[in-house]
Amino acid sequence: MIYREAGQFRTTYAADTRIFPIAQDRLGMALLLAAAFVAVPFLASEYALTALLIPMLVLALAALGLNILTGYAGQFSLGTAAFMSVGAFAAYNIQLRLPWMPLLVTFVLAGLISAGVGLVFGLPSLRIKGFYLAVATLAAQFFVDWLFTKVGWFSNYSSSGVITAQRMVIAGVPIETPERRYLLVLSIVSVLALIAKNLSRTRTGRSWMAVRDMDVAAEVIGIPILRTKLTAFGVSSFYCGVSGALWAFAYLGTVEPQAFDLQRSFQILFMVIIGGLGTVMGAFLGAAFIMLFPLFLNWLFHALVRGEVRPGLLSQLELVCFGALIIIFLIVEPLGFARLWQIAKEKLRLWPFPH
Amino acid sequence: MRTNKRGWCLGAALTVGLVWSGSARAEGEQFMPVPSYRIGPYAAGGTSLYGGFIDYMNLINMRDGGINGVKLVWEECETEYKPDRGVECYERLKAKGPTGAAMFNFYSTGIAYALINKATADKIPLVTIAHGRTDAADGRYFPYVFPLITHYWSLNTDIIRYIGQREGGMANLKGKKIVHLHHGSAYGKEPNAIFQKQAEKYGFEAKIIEVPAPGSEQQAQWLEIRQFKPDWVIVTGWGVMNPAMLKNAARVGFPMDHIIGNVWTGSEEDVEPVGAPAKGYISAAINPPGKDFKVIQEIERVVYAAGKGNMTDKNRVGSIYYNRGVLTGIVAVEAIRVAQGKFGKKPLTGEQIRWGLENLNLDASRIAAIGATNFIQPLKVSCNDHEGGGAAKFQQWDGTKWKIISDWIQADKDLVRPMIEESAKKYATENNLPLRDCGKEKS
Repeated sequence: MIYREAGQFRTTYAADTRIFPIAQDRLGMALLLAAAFVAVPFLASEYALTALLIPMLVLALAALGLNILTGYAGQFSLGTAAFMSVGAFAAYNIQLRLPWMPLLVTFVLAGLISAGVGLVFGLPSLRIKGFYLAVATLAAQFFVDWLFTKVGWFSNYSSSGVITAQRMVIAGVPIETPERRYLLVLSIVSVLALIAKNLSRTRTGRSWMAVRDMDVAAEVIGIPILRTKLTAFGVSSFYCGVSGALWAFAYLGTVEPQAFDLQRSFQILFMVIIGGLGTVMGAFLGAAFIMLFPLFLNWLFHALVRGEVRPGLLSQLELVCFGALIIIFLIVEPLGFARLWQIAKEKLRLWPFPH
Repeated sequence: MRTNKRGWCLGAALTVGLVWSGSARAEGEQFMPVPSYRIGPYAAGGTSLYGGFIDYMNLINMRDGGINGVKLVWEECETEYKPDRGVECYERLKAKGPTGAAMFNFYSTGIAYALINKATADKIPLVTIAHGRTDAADGRYFPYVFPLITHYWSLNTDIIRYIGQREGGMANLKGKKIVHLHHGSAYGKEPNAIFQKQAEKYGFEAKIIEVPAPGSEQQAQWLEIRQFKPDWVIVTGWGVMNPAMLKNAARVGFPMDHIIGNVWTGSEEDVEPVGAPAKGYISAAINPPGKDFKVIQEIERVVYAAGKGNMTDKNRVGSIYYNRGVLTGIVAVEAIRVAQGKFGKKPLTGEQIRWGLENLNLDASRIAAIGATNFIQPLKVSCNDHEGGGAAKFQQWDGTKWKIISDWIQADKDLVRPMIEESAKKYATENNLPLRDCGKEKS
């Protein structure tokens, strides 16, 4: 009843190619953004901002990056954390060695450096496919970890190999309070998400999807495979690199190479799978689920049986519950949260007269 | 459908109600966060460390009715030893209780690193006993970080001095070959700088070999060690790396009594899986194992007799990590006691407890009063020196238990301190940290 497009006519070509063709969607998105930008910083506690929202947004950005590569272009990768690591270390070194560089430019440069590394590790994708490619991208994971541990220059010869991100200042304004850090992360993530959404609707995005669906057919209709695959690797690594830089600067404040280990890559891969391959929204929903749900379980279990069950057992129960939920969810809806959202929208269109 | 919905509502209401009742706390209590790790690869250590810590706080509550009448309350949060979960736990627990968290002790170098700036801004002390950022021992730049008792650099000099003793004098180290085998993490790399400095000073040939985390694969490293033919191997290991290290050493036939682990490479959990081949292996210790101490016996008498003990496996009471947890409890409680002497017998803020930590002075008589003679080393913390002790004992595995084989061996402070000051200063200039004037802060 309320969610219906009857009466909304698209009279121009531009109106037809909008991201949200339905007015209600536009309104919903505007409300969501307004809430995220205005209401949340005022209402959310410091805990919610620094321990939940900031890491969730940063990981959502990384998931978005992986989604471009895996969801849109169909190339498996287990090197996500490595590209995040490159971004974090690049941003640190740029700020350290070129202190006059504006912070936002630093993040972009860190993303570009990461994109460069991504291109190199994307080269094998031209010859190998599927799970074999996933194994090949593992090399990135181990190589980057090894490089940053072995070569002291990257961590400015810190005795422990841990780098401490510099303080963030944009145009003279220090970004130190949780609210400011949250707004910075939210702005960067929003802009990059918008770009990703648009990218997926352009020629580039369509050629990614063509390659994903069948690369031979794509080549036959004239899509250059080499360029398509490599742009996917480059753009994906750019997103991961920026996300890594944000992880270091806006969230943890320090980075040790082990912070971006294989487990992080898997975590992000699960976000993409649970959220929904090949959707922008899926990255956010997946990040929220993988990142926040264990904390919610932890909080719930503590509240329910505080002091009655051994804490060690409790922590293990949480893992069991979380694992079981993932399995149940993947059986019920293998296409992820984004698909559930889509189904909900379709149902809503017909509501309350489904027949 | 309808009943189902009602069930959900009921469940949600119940949950909210329980959470509400759980978070209510009395006024006269001191809140102590317990960011433990009871699952994951390092769970064996975490369970005992935090079990001992909680048992000691229980002892203070049950026997003495708290610290000068102020009861300790605590809440656990699972960190899994990971920085991101640790930060979440920190944010979750830092404002609990009437005065907020008293102090944090994560027993994870990665988490400690991630929280130095946050804890300083929030004015909550970060206690990093025998772990964490070494140069934070310079309290002039790191007012809220306390690497109490010892840190990686002091510990490394303790070990080299012990080797010197065994060789019949430091002069005999000249020309010897010593390997530092370390865990491939921030923690493992930390001692390298001081190790090389000592190689210059004493003229031994140093070789650093890294084991990639988590450390279960070491064949290549031990092959390298066998080719190098060192006189001694120093190990900075953690978790699964340790038994793997001993197994590989036994396989290449390296003499066990020439391998020396640091304080995180010498627990029952590390040697028991290896069995007989580990016999003779030596490690450093900041706390002895066993129950021959009044404080441990008191815990058994008061806490475990009442069925309130935290350890499910009671055989672990008196193990190395358990005793280290008790040691953590002693230091925390004594620091709060010192702070209460200045600010009054009531729940204190992190800022006030920081003062207590900085003015902590555990001398022999106080240690005896706690019932911890020979259990903890004398400790005198100051604005300048946030470490306080620096000594270690050495222990040897006799096949069934650890046996202390040395007295407290003091750290080479003349060597360590200038390096700490230099490193802290470099960090401070990188991060624009102010320098405190310790002369002005005489209580």
